[in-house]
Amino acid sequence: MSERFRHAIRLGDDALVLGQRLSEWCGHAPMLEIDLSLANIALDLIGQATHFLGVAGAAEGQGRDADMLAFRRDVLDFRNCLLVEQPNGDFAQTIARQFLFSNWQELLLQEICETSDSALSDIARKAVKEVAYHRRFANEWAIRLGDGTQESRARFEAGLDWMWRFADELFDARSGTPSLRPAWDERISGVLAEAGLETPKARRGATGGRDGHHSEHLGHLLCEMQFLQRAYPDARW
Amino acid sequence: MVATDREAALRDRVFETLSRVADPEIPCVSVVDLGIVRDVRGDTVIITPTYTGCPATAAIERDIRAALDGAGLGDIRIETALSPPWTTDWISKEGHDKLRAYGVAPPSRNAVQCPRCASAHTEEISRFGSTPCKSLHRCLDCGEPFDRFKCH
Repeated sequence: MSERFRHAIRLGDDALVLGQRLSEWCGHAPMLEIDLSLANIALDLIGQATHFLGVAGAAEGQGRDADMLAFRRDVLDFRNCLLVEQPNGDFAQTIARQFLFSNWQELLLQEICETSDSALSDIARKAVKEVAYHRRFANEWAIRLGDGTQESRARFEAGLDWMWRFADELFDARSGTPSLRPAWDERISGVLAEAGLETPKARRGATGGRDGHHSEHLGHLLCEMQFLQRAYPDARW
Repeated sequence: MVATDREAALRDRVFETLSRVADPEIPCVSVVDLGIVRDVRGDTVIITPTYTGCPATAAIERDIRAALDGAGLGDIRIETALSPPWTTDWISKEGHDKLRAYGVAPPSRNAVQCPRCASAHTEEISRFGSTPCKSLHRCLDCGEPFDRFKCH
């Protein structure tokens, strides 16, 4: 497996798994506008995943396309970070995850825009415009929840507390982006300060997603996402 | 020279044909108005998706294929290009007018104007709307709720 395949798979799996997670909110969000927002963000991410997994399939050269990689790979072959597979929890926990992820993903895509791999940089240039919307949405909600009622603040703090342990993995060498950490830290602490919240203290981070060592949550997510193609291989509309 | 003339004529014919292909989700504008049809190079028409996950992308390609075939342009190929990424700056002046008449505020870097009464006294209700390319707004003067084509 080439490094290019591994790179594209990581990008595709992050987007795919988070897109699938967010789509679980469809029809269940606290307000219609939030339902629309989360479904739209999910759609953008699944679109990005289709392109990145397409590049991965081409780099591998074994005839696997984006659908095959999404629906016919087992959990141990997924290379997404642990953050994106975490359960939605309540709305505040979902926002905490999105807040950490979108701020990171935007920085990452901005960096990929400048690389010489035109297949990946073309996708990044398109996706980065979409992710700017996701980041603004998540930041605004982080502030609204943190600076809202006692209840919203407590819930957002609890969500952030749960998600924070998965932040380190975004910057490990396997993600290829330790250099993004200072810019990300600055963004995160800036928004949290505006929300009247402390930046959580560093703690031992949970890692392993980039090696296929996932939390138990991913398998359940894949069961649902892959059911149709596993029960009826090659089914088409 | 002759070849160039022929290419220009083919290009005009393709654009003219596709200017009658409506966007499946915002049918008041065509795929040409929206800037989805980028170019004709040789025997290939270049199209670009609006958003990476736009569910209309497949329907748009199918409709373009059908229109080309129907106009006797069955040997024109369709190629999708991501770069340069689509932007609302590519929506034509005509497209802006059609959107406004349809009740959708066209993309603008200035204050969002109500498509019904043209007041700029409006507020955003939701940053994400009924399709990836739109957000939801409300006019504070006439009370009209409306979609806005997001600047992108």
